[in-house]
Amino acid sequence: MGQLVCDHVSKIWNPDSGDANLAIDEVSFTVNSGEFLVIIGPSGCGKSTLLSMMAGLEMPTSGAMIYNGEPITAPSTDRSMIFQQASLFPWLSVLDNVAFGLDLQGINKKERTERAKHYLQQVGLLKSANRYPHQLSGGMQQRACIARALCLGTDVLLMDEPFAALDVQTRHQMQKFLLELWEGTNKTVVFVTHHIDEAVYLADRVLILTANPGRVLEMIPIDMGRPRDMMSKGFEYHRNLFVDHLRSEVVRAFEEQELAEMLDTRI
Amino acid sequence: MTTKMQPKLSRPAGSLSKSQVSQAARTRWAKHAAQSVMWWVISLGLFIGIWELVTVLGWTNPIILPPPHEFFAEIANQDQFLAPRIGVERTGGNFVLLTAIVATLKRVLIGLVLGFAAALSVGGLACYFDLFGKLTLPVITLLAPIAPIAWIPFAIMAFGIGDNAAIFVVFIGIFFLLTLATVNAIRNVNQLYINTARVLGASRRQVMFKVILPAIIPDLFFILRINFFAAWMAVLAAEMVGVNTGLGAIVMVGRQMFNAKLMFLGMAVIGLVGYLLDVCFRQLQNRMLWWKGASQL
Repeated sequence: MGQLVCDHVSKIWNPDSGDANLAIDEVSFTVNSGEFLVIIGPSGCGKSTLLSMMAGLEMPTSGAMIYNGEPITAPSTDRSMIFQQASLFPWLSVLDNVAFGLDLQGINKKERTERAKHYLQQVGLLKSANRYPHQLSGGMQQRACIARALCLGTDVLLMDEPFAALDVQTRHQMQKFLLELWEGTNKTVVFVTHHIDEAVYLADRVLILTANPGRVLEMIPIDMGRPRDMMSKGFEYHRNLFVDHLRSEVVRAFEEQELAEMLDTRI
Repeated sequence: MTTKMQPKLSRPAGSLSKSQVSQAARTRWAKHAAQSVMWWVISLGLFIGIWELVTVLGWTNPIILPPPHEFFAEIANQDQFLAPRIGVERTGGNFVLLTAIVATLKRVLIGLVLGFAAALSVGGLACYFDLFGKLTLPVITLLAPIAPIAWIPFAIMAFGIGDNAAIFVVFIGIFFLLTLATVNAIRNVNQLYINTARVLGASRRQVMFKVILPAIIPDLFFILRINFFAAWMAVLAAEMVGVNTGLGAIVMVGRQMFNAKLMFLGMAVIGLVGYLLDVCFRQLQNRMLWWKGASQL
């Protein structure tokens, strides 16, 4: 159970200084419990800022982020964030990294290890438990980060372009892996990306944001069964839908080149 | 043509066994090491050779700049000069030099450990408690540029002649700089690590001890290694001007007795011990930086 409501949220950076910058303008939407929501938009649309506020790392300038009826005022282990760069601590082994959150709670070593191993198994990294982050590939590091979040029994996964730094094949594997993992649970996922194909492949619903400032442009449901075939007519239809919506937006804010980027990098 | 090429290309990787590969790596390493040793020997040989030549040609006064063969021949006889003034408990014959080395090393290492611990604590507190930082950092910033050597007279006045004065000089020589380095390192810790820890439920204290501290240790160790040389020089200077024991004092005794061979012996040992310490530090640093991976060292 993990419902997130974004209620008329605005965010202004440096509000008191001369270069105050409106990043998010009056954004409202709801993420249903158990839903896979993808947020897409050109760079500068405040996707990451929105996610940071859901995590409780940043506070809205006005409006409120509401989690299960309560306003969010600080980070909580109910909601875990996966960053674009793998954020494993390089001085800890993979096992200790995954167990890090449990260690913070003062859970004893035996139970910690047991629970961490369970989730390492789930993400297919049990064999690498005693290795160190720099010995893992990018995809393995991100899976370890996911295991670390799951280990805390988190209800909401906030994912900030988690696969953007991976190569194309690995990225597609990770997308399949994430869907399999998600389908077996009732966890809520909020996934930020700037790849149209990634959004269409993963999402229940896609939220499109405008850039400078970030506003809600459209919320589009993807009514397709899973797994989705990227060559199918339905996929093509949705892809074109997003291209149309985003083109005007990207052209307004930036250049055609960025739209090409959002499309070119096929998953 | 292409069909012929392909098996040829794939063979080296496929046909070499693991032991062959490591054998090749070992051979390459041995070759590299032998070359490195060779250049050391040539460089040193050239240095000694020129020195010897200059004396033979009569360009220098052998009493002030003794030729290497005399210097080496006299090493065994020098301990008689060392004994009375070294002041460190005699363990007999040829161990006098050793006691001087031990005395100097002890001062440097105790000073380094105390300075490192104190700098880490004060730097950490200055970042953790904003007010404490605001009150202390300006003073520390102003005191940092005072050369450790400039503290020697004060150290001798305050602590008298002996170990404590020397330890104090080492301590004060690294403390201010290392405190500033600690503050700087803490401010530069990757925000990603801090956010990750916060999302995972870390309190402020937990972020400090479980994330920031391990993250800055390698940086600080590197700075400690650089500052070690300043500390090493400071303690030797202290030994020359007042502490009167240890390696620095040997050089000074040499000058007072107009015994250039003893002076150079002291200088040679200072160079050698300093070099070996730096090698030890580097090894230790590599061990502490293991998690950064060899590529980033």
